[in-house]
Amino acid sequence: MAWVGLAISVQTFPVLAQTPGHPPDTMEARVEACTPCHGKQGEGTSDVYFPRLAGKPAGYLYNQLLAFKNGRRKYPPMNYLLEYLGDPYLQDMAEYFAEQRPPLPAPAPSDASKEVLQQGQSLVSRGDPVRQIPACGSCHGPGLTGMEPGIPGLLGLRPNYVSAQLGAWRYGTRTAKAPDCMQQVAARLTEADVTAVAAYLATRPAPIVIAPAPKGAYVLPFACGSEPD
Amino acid sequence: MLSRAQVLGLLFSLLAGCAYGQQQNSPSDIVKRGEYLARAGDCIACHTAPEGRIFAGGRAMPTPFGTLYSSNITPDRDTGIGKWTTEDFYKAMHTGRFPDGGLMYPAMPFASYTKVTQADSAAIFAYLKSIAPVSQKNREHDLRFPYSNRQLILGWRTLFFSEGEYKPDPSKSAEWNRGAYLVEGLGHCGMCHSPINALGGTSQSDAFKGGLIPMQNWYAPSLTSNREAGLGDWSLKDIADLLKTGVSARGVVYGPMAEVVHNSLQYLTDEDTNAMAVYLKSIAEPASRPPTTSATLPTTESSLLVSLGKTVYDARCASCHGAQGEGKPPHWPPLANNQSIEMESAVNAIRMVLNGGYPPGTEGNPRPYGMPPFAGLLSDNEVAAVVSYIRTAWGNRGAPVSAREANELRSAPLN
Repeated sequence: MAWVGLAISVQTFPVLAQTPGHPPDTMEARVEACTPCHGKQGEGTSDVYFPRLAGKPAGYLYNQLLAFKNGRRKYPPMNYLLEYLGDPYLQDMAEYFAEQRPPLPAPAPSDASKEVLQQGQSLVSRGDPVRQIPACGSCHGPGLTGMEPGIPGLLGLRPNYVSAQLGAWRYGTRTAKAPDCMQQVAARLTEADVTAVAAYLATRPAPIVIAPAPKGAYVLPFACGSEPD
Repeated sequence: MLSRAQVLGLLFSLLAGCAYGQQQNSPSDIVKRGEYLARAGDCIACHTAPEGRIFAGGRAMPTPFGTLYSSNITPDRDTGIGKWTTEDFYKAMHTGRFPDGGLMYPAMPFASYTKVTQADSAAIFAYLKSIAPVSQKNREHDLRFPYSNRQLILGWRTLFFSEGEYKPDPSKSAEWNRGAYLVEGLGHCGMCHSPINALGGTSQSDAFKGGLIPMQNWYAPSLTSNREAGLGDWSLKDIADLLKTGVSARGVVYGPMAEVVHNSLQYLTDEDTNAMAVYLKSIAEPASRPPTTSATLPTTESSLLVSLGKTVYDARCASCHGAQGEGKPPHWPPLANNQSIEMESAVNAIRMVLNGGYPPGTEGNPRPYGMPPFAGLLSDNEVAAVVSYIRTAWGNRGAPVSAREANELRSAPLN
């Protein structure tokens, strides 16, 4: 009788119809391992060093997953998780987080001074032609939402994360495929530039469209290995 | 003594075997077989650096004695093994010596490879000769004094190395013998699944009895004790599934074993995987589950731990592993009646809670489910509590662990 009862309840409540003994056959269940640090939908967590993944272009996320898997990008907890996963599966993971659209967090009040924020705004929107520093927006897009397939958006990231990453580019501990455009740009930044850019980016409100621009929406100022023509 | 007729018969069958062998083993067949055997030997794991060219060496291998760098085994004449002969290669595999007679460090598992037949060694060599040569100089080892003195290897060899090809046990089936040959020889399973003593060696009598892998801080469980990874009460199918796909109804591989399945075992034929399963099941000691009373913590402390552990478990773990530790095998492994949770060393259970992990992606399981790392979410006390809980709940017979043990493993290397 109990068996029959179960059969009926399965019919009545489709939510129970999941095969007993099998986890849900979804990417959401498969990337559960990512969520303690990156949030359920890749929106980020309270830890300021763990970045938001949601809505970044799939090509960018895939490049990062590959770089962690191969050890080019070094963060042992990530290197360890990805070391023995197949590349097509990493692509699936990248696409999953690229498709997520949790809202961007409200901009946090900055404790940086007005001068620092002004310097940040100037570098982000105009760059510094004298020092051959392009504006962040010239590659990451006028809305700073990035461009498919390989250029990430810069919004929704905390200043600590942005400055740690720019620092890593400057010191050569973070690298990408040649020509390594980000390395070239970061090498021209001073410590103060990094602080200013990171502080300013975190004050930016969410644009109306938070999706990255489609491939080829604008022309990059120079060649970039992560964004092939 | 063999009679003349028997000798003649034997000779004839040997000759027939040779003729048959020649017919079958065209050069491309030998290369193919060599590639397969190189997979079984997992040569790639050490002889290829991350993002490096295949078999060009240069992978850093930290040991308690310093860092070794694996060598270039591509057929480059100047920097690889391009000038070696088939005999040189067999000598290296069989005796752990370079063509000039120099001694290899035992990080090269020649103590296992010595069991490989001359024919299999020749096939592997033929395969290595067929791949693209890479000109890349070997990097000098970086060993601390006195280990930098290669003469010390002589002492190690006297203590721990006995040369000789695998001798089939005529009382056992061909399948069992094939399994034993692969596990003890090319598979070099004993390199991790045996206790490593302070001299970096394994004594014969301790073979497959389990041990903490130096530098990695993962515990390679005993393959003979049913209280660890002894497979005496596993079905052959579950063993074969674990080896081939990385997941099974009884448990899942993580950590260093994920590497072995990913780079090596998943490529073996069903026949070979089954043969290994038959052998592994047979070497398990008679099933016995002695009651564990060796609680290392005072009783009040451990009961407090266990009740906190249940709270943590219900909040964090039960959604996948089930309220009764039943899991959803093979993807979400059961924790109840899971030897790897109960065994004396709690290192692996603690590390899984701290670091999480993905089983390897394999052809049989290309999109594995992952376990989240809890290092950032749980305190040392909570980690110790939840591990103590899963080691003692649902009839599991492990001992509780302390917050100190959990804390110590936070700094364990991850790769």
